[in-house]
Amino acid sequence: MQPSLFGSVQWTVSALTKYIRDLLEANVTLQDVWVQGEISNLSRPASGHVYFTLKDAGASLRCVMWRTDAARLKLPLQDGMAIETHGRIGVYEVGGQYQLYADQIRPVGQGALYQEFLRLKAMLEAEGLFDAERKRNIPSFPTRIGIVTSATGAALRDMLTAIRRRLPLVEVILAAAPVQGEEAPPKLVEAIEALNHLEPLPDVILLARGGGSIEDLWAFNDERVVRAVASSRVPIICGVGHETDFTLCDFAADLRAPTPTAAAELATQITMVELQENLGTFSLQLTTSMTDMLREQGEVVSALREKLRFFSPSRRILADRQRLDEVAHRLGIAQAHRFALELKQIEGLAKRLEALNPLQVLGRGYAVVTRRIDGKAIHKVKQVKSKDGIQVRVSDGDFDATVD
Amino acid sequence: MPKSSVKKSMDDLTYEAAFAELENIVAALEHEQRSLDESMALYERAQALIKRCAEILDKAELKVKQLSGDTLTDVEEAE
Repeated sequence: MQPSLFGSVQWTVSALTKYIRDLLEANVTLQDVWVQGEISNLSRPASGHVYFTLKDAGASLRCVMWRTDAARLKLPLQDGMAIETHGRIGVYEVGGQYQLYADQIRPVGQGALYQEFLRLKAMLEAEGLFDAERKRNIPSFPTRIGIVTSATGAALRDMLTAIRRRLPLVEVILAAAPVQGEEAPPKLVEAIEALNHLEPLPDVILLARGGGSIEDLWAFNDERVVRAVASSRVPIICGVGHETDFTLCDFAADLRAPTPTAAAELATQITMVELQENLGTFSLQLTTSMTDMLREQGEVVSALREKLRFFSPSRRILADRQRLDEVAHRLGIAQAHRFALELKQIEGLAKRLEALNPLQVLGRGYAVVTRRIDGKAIHKVKQVKSKDGIQVRVSDGDFDATVD
Repeated sequence: MPKSSVKKSMDDLTYEAAFAELENIVAALEHEQRSLDESMALYERAQALIKRCAEILDKAELKVKQLSGDTLTDVEEAE
């Protein structure tokens, strides 16, 4: 059909472009696509947005990735790189171009890996390998820690540093194995099993690897390795990659650690500092209970001593002495009585004696006359003759006289 | 001589063993009635255990061994 030469103008460019844009953007399929191709014309201006063309042998597709999405890119982009990118088709009206607004980019093949990851995860999950009730507690105070990692990696160094810092009391058994590449899975399995045959068994096994791309970590999604982890007799802490990396070994392990260092820390929950504090506490407790006991014993002894003092000989002696004093006192009183009595008797006797005193009569006017020559009392007249000297004794004295 | 044999067994004690015994003694001293002699003996034993534990902690040095096949070999680490 020939277009009519006289048809009226129905569209402006803008309106038509808008119409096309609405058409494309209303299509559900085009709003959620994964597309594979090779990067060319890569450009990253200062705005932070990323522009490139994705092409294959037959066609090319303009792509833009906004700064916020570009910031999350793990993969350094370069021209010629084969990628898979996810996004939606839209129209840039000013340039009259349809283009892919990309929000994710991954290397080719990763999608397949991820599908495999999901399939294996679902299968092992269905088998119960990841069940919560299978998880065992990690001993809080290990004496032997097994490590499965590369002998040359930073992960080993990080773990040893952490263990040495926290609990150098432990013995570390390294069962080295390559952690990436074809030979990694069987070697990792071998290492885990070797540690499970040690005598004595390690208390815990650290399965670890430093960060890397998802392909680098792939050995830890290998079914053989995951099964070895699940069937280990020794509890396993898995610390592979970084915080954001999850491997199937993480799910199968008894404990997942975000990094190798964190795995080592989770394996050494009690540290030297805490052990030393514990010791200090015990020492204090011991001294306290001992002091308490000694004090109690001391109190018992004091009580006994009090009792003993009551019965002590010295107390007896004191009591006896007191009694003696009392007796002595009483004795003294008795004695005095007796003295007084005797005194009275003596006084009585003295009085009686007094009454018998011959000189007593002198007081009544009598006198005693004695011869001066021999002092003999004169009872009869014939005892004297004239001129004899005599002595006359009266109540208050005596005087001499001569017989007429 | 009994004294030296006690001392020897003390030096052979691992941290775990020494600590476990220590815990028991402290619990016993706190909760059980014993003769003074017994208590004093336990106390002395506990003090020795504490000393032993502290010694082990002070001297603790991480031992790293490598397992290849069935054989363990000491690893000299390059710091």
